[in-house]
Amino acid sequence: MNRSIIISSVLHAALIYITAMSLPFLAKKPLDIPPIVSVELIQIAEKTNIPFAPKAKKIIEKAKEKEKKLVSEQAPPKKVKKTKTKTVVSVDKNEKIDTKAPEAIPLPEKTVKKIETKTENKQNPDKLDEDVKQVSEFEKKEFVDLDNIAKLIDKAKEDTAKVVKKDNDITQDQDKNIVTSGLTLSEEDALKAQIFGCWSIPLGLPYNEDLLVRIKLMLEPDGSVAKTEILDHARMNKPGQGFYKVLAESALRAVKLCQPLRVPTSGYERWKELQLNFDAREMLEG
Amino acid sequence: MKKNLFILFLIFLIPNKAFALIEVDITRGNLNPLPLAVSPLSIDDNSKKSFENILKKENIGSEISIIVENNLRTSGLFNPLNKDAFLQAPDIANLKPRFEDWNLIKAQALITGKVRYVDDKLRVEFRLWDVLAAKEMMALAFTTVPSNWRRVGHIISDKVYERLTGEKGYFDTRIIYVAEEGPKTQRKKRLAIMDQDGANNKFLTLGNELVLTPRFNPTSQMVTYLSYFKNLPRVYLLDIETGTQEVVGDFPGMTFAPRFSPDGKKIIMSFAKDGKSDIYTMDLENRLVEKITNHPSIDTSPSYSPNGKYIAFNSDRSGYQQIYIMRSDGSDVKRISFGNGIYGTPVWSPRGDLIAFTKLHKGKFYIGVMRTDGKGERLLTENYYQEAPSWSPNGRVLIFYRETKTNAKGEGFSAKLWSIDLTGYNERLVETQTDASDPSWSSLLSN
Repeated sequence: MNRSIIISSVLHAALIYITAMSLPFLAKKPLDIPPIVSVELIQIAEKTNIPFAPKAKKIIEKAKEKEKKLVSEQAPPKKVKKTKTKTVVSVDKNEKIDTKAPEAIPLPEKTVKKIETKTENKQNPDKLDEDVKQVSEFEKKEFVDLDNIAKLIDKAKEDTAKVVKKDNDITQDQDKNIVTSGLTLSEEDALKAQIFGCWSIPLGLPYNEDLLVRIKLMLEPDGSVAKTEILDHARMNKPGQGFYKVLAESALRAVKLCQPLRVPTSGYERWKELQLNFDAREMLEG
Repeated sequence: MKKNLFILFLIFLIPNKAFALIEVDITRGNLNPLPLAVSPLSIDDNSKKSFENILKKENIGSEISIIVENNLRTSGLFNPLNKDAFLQAPDIANLKPRFEDWNLIKAQALITGKVRYVDDKLRVEFRLWDVLAAKEMMALAFTTVPSNWRRVGHIISDKVYERLTGEKGYFDTRIIYVAEEGPKTQRKKRLAIMDQDGANNKFLTLGNELVLTPRFNPTSQMVTYLSYFKNLPRVYLLDIETGTQEVVGDFPGMTFAPRFSPDGKKIIMSFAKDGKSDIYTMDLENRLVEKITNHPSIDTSPSYSPNGKYIAFNSDRSGYQQIYIMRSDGSDVKRISFGNGIYGTPVWSPRGDLIAFTKLHKGKFYIGVMRTDGKGERLLTENYYQEAPSWSPNGRVLIFYRETKTNAKGEGFSAKLWSIDLTGYNERLVETQTDASDPSWSSLLSN
């Protein structure tokens, strides 16, 4: 009787032991991992017409006044322009400054005009004007003669080819080339090279999408950008086109970062409006 | 008359061209990371003291900003600028940045924000500014428990990443991996989990049994992995939130490479029996097993496409191990890898556009990606031994492990986790407490 009880209890114990061993996770401690707390994000952009903090306002005003003093003391022509744009950005703070400033501002503008007229004279020396006249008279004669038109076209081609090589000599042929085809190769290259350096391509863009953003620029004569316009603006807010917005913003940043743009020194009329086609496909696929 | 007409024609022609808008094609740019400034989050004195008591951190505002900074830097897409150069203090920058100051240090974007202690909770507000355009790009706020402060940094990073790149981030995520210790012949292998940046490391198993190939469920915090029991690999499920584990089922023969379907309702894996190996799925609700491939070759490493319609796997049916795709019912099998060498471990990108793989060619291991039709193969990294790529939830970064060669005495062996992004330029060591292998990236903890 006793023996069978012992055997039975030993067997039971063995069975319990085997079961415990074969259930691999029975003996383990519960996992000690912090629970994932759900987080709800709230848009606060509408509420963010934040006024300046009193402390910040004082500091900013002080800084502005300092800048203003510096400007009125030195008054170099270019800096006057810059401060003008600054007053536009922070209109509310500069009311005082604007009332003080006009005395100092008009003076440099006069000097600007003087400088501009001088440089114009330098850029268009009288000799060149004579050349231009001569060439155009010669062309007038040739144009009337219809039989020689074919020759003339060939000649024009040769001349433009020469013009590409010679960058400094402005001739009537080159001028004609500029009018018909926009920028010369070297001018275009200079502009491209400048913007290549400024444009940080967002690397997270998808490869298989249309990654072309066309931006129209209105330029000032010094190459600074007066206005930018995204030509496919409607696409910015379409669902599934989030990457397009990112690309367009990167292109706008590039333009702002690059200004003043390296535009040709003459012929403002032809390049005052410029369209830049930012195309990321080549970079991202290659 | 004719002559006059011709002249008239020329007059019309020339002005038209002259006034045409000049177009310049910009086809190149720099791939330099975007310079941005992460201003420390501003914090008032009372909140500072409260957080100091709870979290033992002196200034939680700057701690969070450091997390954001590190995340953005490791992505390789951003270049957070040195804080010493900042001209504006956090409390003022938070209200309205003085863009000229940030322009001066060449920052193109700026992150500001503030942290407060409100009703035993941590409230964060943060803003992203376009410095060049001088405008606000994003403003968000949220409240959470103070102990969640690291995740606050990750969530801010994700939102900034999303706003600046146009795709979701991957910072508020975890990585599960096999932690390895001991000599190569007697490795102790434990399942471990950590935040994507290596913080909050935890071991999930004791190391009594060998564990292999943990894989995250793409829809929840559930993990499937293999563990050897009585010399037979079994497939386990582990719920990370509750800590419960279960054996999925006993299968005849050897099971390998279990992985979830995109909806998380099935597990796909391969069983080896009688010298051949086929791919099976198991429905987790009713535990029904379905055979997908039936071929006398070795078919293994299955991975679903994100829409669940296709499966990528590797097979030696052509003589060498290559990558194939098929419909999810096993029909329409197509080989997609045709390069030199042996291809393995195909993993479909969560974005659906690429398949990552391991390739062995002339004694070197490569991690690479190819499009789903097999074209456009790009090898991202080459090394002595590396494998098991796993995608970040946004399909931009791969994490994998790399082993080093042992010397003649059998010393110097190590296994470490590495990450590389799709450009192939941004390769980084992911710090772990022990040696590590077989990483798997979770989905975003917050969406």
